[in-house]
Amino acid sequence: MEFSYEVKDSYAEVKADGRLNMVSAPKLREFVTDVIAGGSNRIVVNLENTAFMDSSGLGALIGCLKAARQAGGDLRIAAVQPQVKMVLQLTSMDKVLTSYTSAEEAFSND
Amino acid sequence: MTRFWTRLVVVLTIITGVNYIAWRWAASLNWEAWWIALPLVIAETYSLIDVMLFGMTVWRLKIRKGAPTPPADATVDVFITTYNEDLDMVMTTALAAQRIRHPHSTWILDDGARPELKALAEQHGLGYVTRSEDWTSNVPRHAKAGNLNNALMQTHGEFLLILDADQIPEPDILEKTLGYFNNRRVALVQTPQYFSNVPASDPLGSQAPLFYGPIQQGKDGWNAAFFCGSNAILRREALMQLGLVGYVKETEKSIRRALAASRSAIKQARKSADVEAPLVAQVLDEVEAATREAQQELEAGGALSEITYRVRRRVDAAVQTLVMADVEALQADLEEIAAMELAHVGESGVPVVADDAVQRMSARDWSPLGALESVQAVLDALSVERNDEAQPVMPLATISVTEDMATAMRMHAMGWESVYHHEILAYGLAPEDLKTMLTQRLRWAQGTIQVLLRENPLVQKGLKIGQKLMYFATMWTYLSGYAAVIYFAAPIIYLLLGILPVTSLSWDFFIRFIPFMVANQLLFAVAGRGIPTWRGQQYSLALFPTWIKACSTAARNVWFGRPLGFAVTPKARQSGGPSWSLIQPQIVVSVLLAVAAVVGILRLAAGLAEPLGTLVNVAWVIYDLVVMSILVRAVLYKGYEPAGDPAVTEREPDGV
Repeated sequence: MEFSYEVKDSYAEVKADGRLNMVSAPKLREFVTDVIAGGSNRIVVNLENTAFMDSSGLGALIGCLKAARQAGGDLRIAAVQPQVKMVLQLTSMDKVLTSYTSAEEAFSND
Repeated sequence: MTRFWTRLVVVLTIITGVNYIAWRWAASLNWEAWWIALPLVIAETYSLIDVMLFGMTVWRLKIRKGAPTPPADATVDVFITTYNEDLDMVMTTALAAQRIRHPHSTWILDDGARPELKALAEQHGLGYVTRSEDWTSNVPRHAKAGNLNNALMQTHGEFLLILDADQIPEPDILEKTLGYFNNRRVALVQTPQYFSNVPASDPLGSQAPLFYGPIQQGKDGWNAAFFCGSNAILRREALMQLGLVGYVKETEKSIRRALAASRSAIKQARKSADVEAPLVAQVLDEVEAATREAQQELEAGGALSEITYRVRRRVDAAVQTLVMADVEALQADLEEIAAMELAHVGESGVPVVADDAVQRMSARDWSPLGALESVQAVLDALSVERNDEAQPVMPLATISVTEDMATAMRMHAMGWESVYHHEILAYGLAPEDLKTMLTQRLRWAQGTIQVLLRENPLVQKGLKIGQKLMYFATMWTYLSGYAAVIYFAAPIIYLLLGILPVTSLSWDFFIRFIPFMVANQLLFAVAGRGIPTWRGQQYSLALFPTWIKACSTAARNVWFGRPLGFAVTPKARQSGGPSWSLIQPQIVVSVLLAVAAVVGILRLAAGLAEPLGTLVNVAWVIYDLVVMSILVRAVLYKGYEPAGDPAVTEREPDGV
């Protein structure tokens, strides 16, 4: 799994490419914590190239959400792929993490 | 009476042969020229073993008197296998099959899944089968064996008549053969393969009268008649038994392999820095304990399905604990978020992850354990579903491109009996050009060598010694390419360089060699009973590059998993002019032989060579050139022209 981020006007976009699983989940957590520590508390996780997510991956996303909120910001997700979408719906996490079609859209209304 | 004479000549051949070869090893080797002396005596020993195996085959020549009356209610499926053959050809065969008198269902097994053929089949009330959806792109297709295995799952006749797309059956083919199955142990009845598009001169050596004659009749005598892929009737029960036994064997093998691999997979997973969480380590412990227990149960002879089920249950429980822990952590995070700012988490409070969601997240395809690929691979292999094949039960053997030989050998090993019925009951089409013919011979040879290397008949449990040797004999003949090279090299070396592989060409040599040669030729004459065997003899020597290529490609395939370069034999003639390039090695060898003969005669004239040695070697060269001359006719052969050819024989009531 590969992570990268880019600071945009009103938010930071984190890209997570590959499989978000037990092995890569702690790395995502770490990565996002670093981005927040770097001063961005409005985070969009772009899941366009995340083909798969397991329970650990989901846990990591929620963990990142918590970190963003604690920093007074928010975490949103974008471009969710089918398997990830199924996981979100199945666990009702779609109620907590709304997914936007693209990263630009995620914070466009506020 | 024939049997007596045959056996007498067999004994004579073996006595004279052993006498000659023993002397060759003991007293004749020219050690100064060991580099040709040794290969030559090895090649000669190879040929002696070859002729001994042939002698053993015809020793028990079985001439059957015809089958008893079959039960009228025996149910039969007639399978016509096709991939890309001309639709007219397939339909001609299919309609002829439909006209077979004994009640039966006719099926076209279309591996090409051609809609036109499907329509034609429906129009004529014929069954039509293509691969089921289980044959995805992730599993091997196994060519013709796969086609037949697929059809076996979709039909249910007690017996199966298998026909290649070009083999037009006689209406009485089943009446003549089904009766053999009155013997409950008989699993196979093979009839000859005969080709109607071959002139009397048979320039491509298509007819195999020695094989579909004394050799099969001899193998029949040892209960080892071969299944040759077409024109044969099989007992479904035997095939299914074969498939089931094979399934259990393969499953056990893959489970053993998986268990053997599990220790290092788990170790590797533990080492990887990614896995630090104590829960993951716990799951790995559990997996290790489960596989160790499975190993013990396997040694104790436990049932495979139960062993694998228990492993799966245990691992599933551990994985579920892991997922639960993830979910609990996630839930705790949500609670914290909610405590921070109530309004943001949704209208109905913190969402709760339901039990069935946990179940789903723990299933194999979404399991967190999937991240540890090596461990997951071991667990996947610990299954009885055989996910790497389209169907768990594969009745026809898939270890070789000549599935027929491998299948028959397994049947024989399980104690089933076979019958060779020596009467032409189907008429096929032989290749009409050298290129196609060479492809076909290469494929047969490759398949045979694959079986030798994968399931050597000599070490197969269940086969009787005679059966082992009957299978081995056929495989042995395909090694002849290497001997041929030495047989060509020896006279060239003598005629060019004057180096003789034997100490002297004296009385000692001739008195041993000539009786063996005579007995050998006599054996073929007596066993062949007037059958033209010359064409076969020519091709067995002349196609030496094909045999060598078959051995090397099959060995690479079996030992190193390299592809064979397999091609379906085209039934239609390949276009284009004479293709001399196909026989390039043979042309080179022939030129060398001819040059050597001329040089040898010049050396004799110059007093540099002995007369006797030159004479013997020039005669040898002439024999080789006569043998290879058939290739010139083969290259120039323009295909079959039926007009005015008397070779389209009537059905011969031979033997039966």
